[in-house]
Amino acid sequence: MIRVELVKMLRRPRTWAVIVLLNALPTLVAVLLAVTEIGPRPGEGPAFLSAVLTDGTLFPLAALAIVLPLFMPVAVAVVAGDAVAGEAQAGTLRYVLTRPVRRTHLLVAKLVSVLAFVLLAVLVVAVVGYVVGRSLLGTEDARTLVTGISGSSLTSTQLVERTLLSVVYVSLSMLSVAAIALMLSTFTDSPLGAALGALVFLIASTLLLTLDAAAVLQPYLPTRYWLSFVDFFRDPILWRDLVRGVLLQAVYVVVFLGVAWANFSTKDITS
Amino acid sequence: MTAAVATRGLTKRYGPVLAVDGIDLDVQEGDVYGFLGANGSGKTTTVRILLGLVLATSGEAEVLGRPMPRAAASVLPEVGTLVEGPAAYGHLTGRANLELFDAMGSGRRGRRARIGDVLERVGLGVAGERKVKCYSLGMRQRLGLAAALLGAPRLLVLDEPTNGLDPQGIREMRELLLALNAAGTTIFLSSHLLAEVEQMCTRVGVLDRGRLVVQESMHVLQQPTGRTVVVTPDGDRALALLDGRVEVRDGQRLVIRSDDAAGLNRLLVGEGVRVLELAPERRGLEQVVLDATTDPTQVGVSS
Repeated sequence: MIRVELVKMLRRPRTWAVIVLLNALPTLVAVLLAVTEIGPRPGEGPAFLSAVLTDGTLFPLAALAIVLPLFMPVAVAVVAGDAVAGEAQAGTLRYVLTRPVRRTHLLVAKLVSVLAFVLLAVLVVAVVGYVVGRSLLGTEDARTLVTGISGSSLTSTQLVERTLLSVVYVSLSMLSVAAIALMLSTFTDSPLGAALGALVFLIASTLLLTLDAAAVLQPYLPTRYWLSFVDFFRDPILWRDLVRGVLLQAVYVVVFLGVAWANFSTKDITS
Repeated sequence: MTAAVATRGLTKRYGPVLAVDGIDLDVQEGDVYGFLGANGSGKTTTVRILLGLVLATSGEAEVLGRPMPRAAASVLPEVGTLVEGPAAYGHLTGRANLELFDAMGSGRRGRRARIGDVLERVGLGVAGERKVKCYSLGMRQRLGLAAALLGAPRLLVLDEPTNGLDPQGIREMRELLLALNAAGTTIFLSSHLLAEVEQMCTRVGVLDRGRLVVQESMHVLQQPTGRTVVVTPDGDRALALLDGRVEVRDGQRLVIRSDDAAGLNRLLVGEGVRVLELAPERRGLEQVVLDATTDPTQVGVSS
């Protein structure tokens, strides 16, 4: 069933449209930077962006930092929100379940397919970021700028390793959005409703992070550790927030997938 | 014979509404079973319960001799379904849709042959390469049936299968279903089209506001009613002659309480009554349904 869901996802034009759109903003940013050569000062703007004018190979990281806070979650919410509700709306859910596909299997396959989409999207953003960065932006070695906080510079191998770690971490960070959207997707027959519901949750989380009075809640908010992938580029890697971030995402997945399962496995399919 | 579908006291309650009210279905293997009822009488809910899509509030259901929904994993591979209209992934071709549905149920071995075969059977041969979003309703209906036929099911559960088909398509569909039935497939056909059911079915169940009010073989339903219909221009003479056995007189048409059509004919002709037509009375399916449903004005049946 997982294979079937992957095929469905990959053969869907929407999947590729979303990925193209995801790459549009970072590419636009790169073009603007290349043309104007006005970069944000170090410490301001999205992470790494101040460094890319001198070293284009860092642009994948800047691109990830650009799409992570808003674009990526929107894409994930749309895809995951569509997972069950979209099939219900199209009427295919009743035919899938009478093939038969067990409801639990379907849910797991949907989650795996959403994850595969996230990984694919993040990888494409990183690769496109690399190509764009190399061709448009600076070619000087600016690794000292990146590791400025820790004072030492990274070797090329380290940089590649840590970029890959970041890709994995960013993908994992999307799990909470995916789980929430998937859960909502089992409650409604409207894919749009499920996607918007998940986004409301994210916006609330982002807002609460800026509020001092919400300090008690902040460690448990899904977006709390999203940008912690920057910590991979300290020397040595600062693991504390990264580990917490992954654990937090795991908790969201367990809780919301549990609710999704409890609802979906006994639900009357009337679509 | 074993039961293809058997339910006992099957009930589904949606809040205060009893959608399905204690029905005892009995479909034998080899039947073409017509499941009749007005829109909203509970047909689709019953079908969904049989397929494990909706959970019954109480009662039991067995499909192909095994309990549903508990044995769904072993029962459903032998059941082909078309519930409440066809559905497919619009951005894919008909063939690609069948490939996906086939992959959900069976292994890769023989897939091409299976799909080619069902496409051919429903008359979608060449159109299988076109995207489903360009299909007409009739073509979608054919594709839905093709998907139902994947895996050579023992039981076909079809909800309004001729919906959207032109007269030619309806005829082809009927011939296909009858051929499948002749080859041993049991067919459970839910419909509100009486003519369709009358032409195809061997058994009929009639649902009226959630309750099964008739379940009988077509043969029994269409047996002579014990009355004879006579059409004669000499109504008054016949009336005098038959002495109170005439139940209805409607112009030239008399309905006489007698199952001896031959004897009646001899009597009338012998006495010089001219007979235009004379035949034992048989009820049509429409009459059966109208008689059985409590409030005919509430029933949207059409023939």
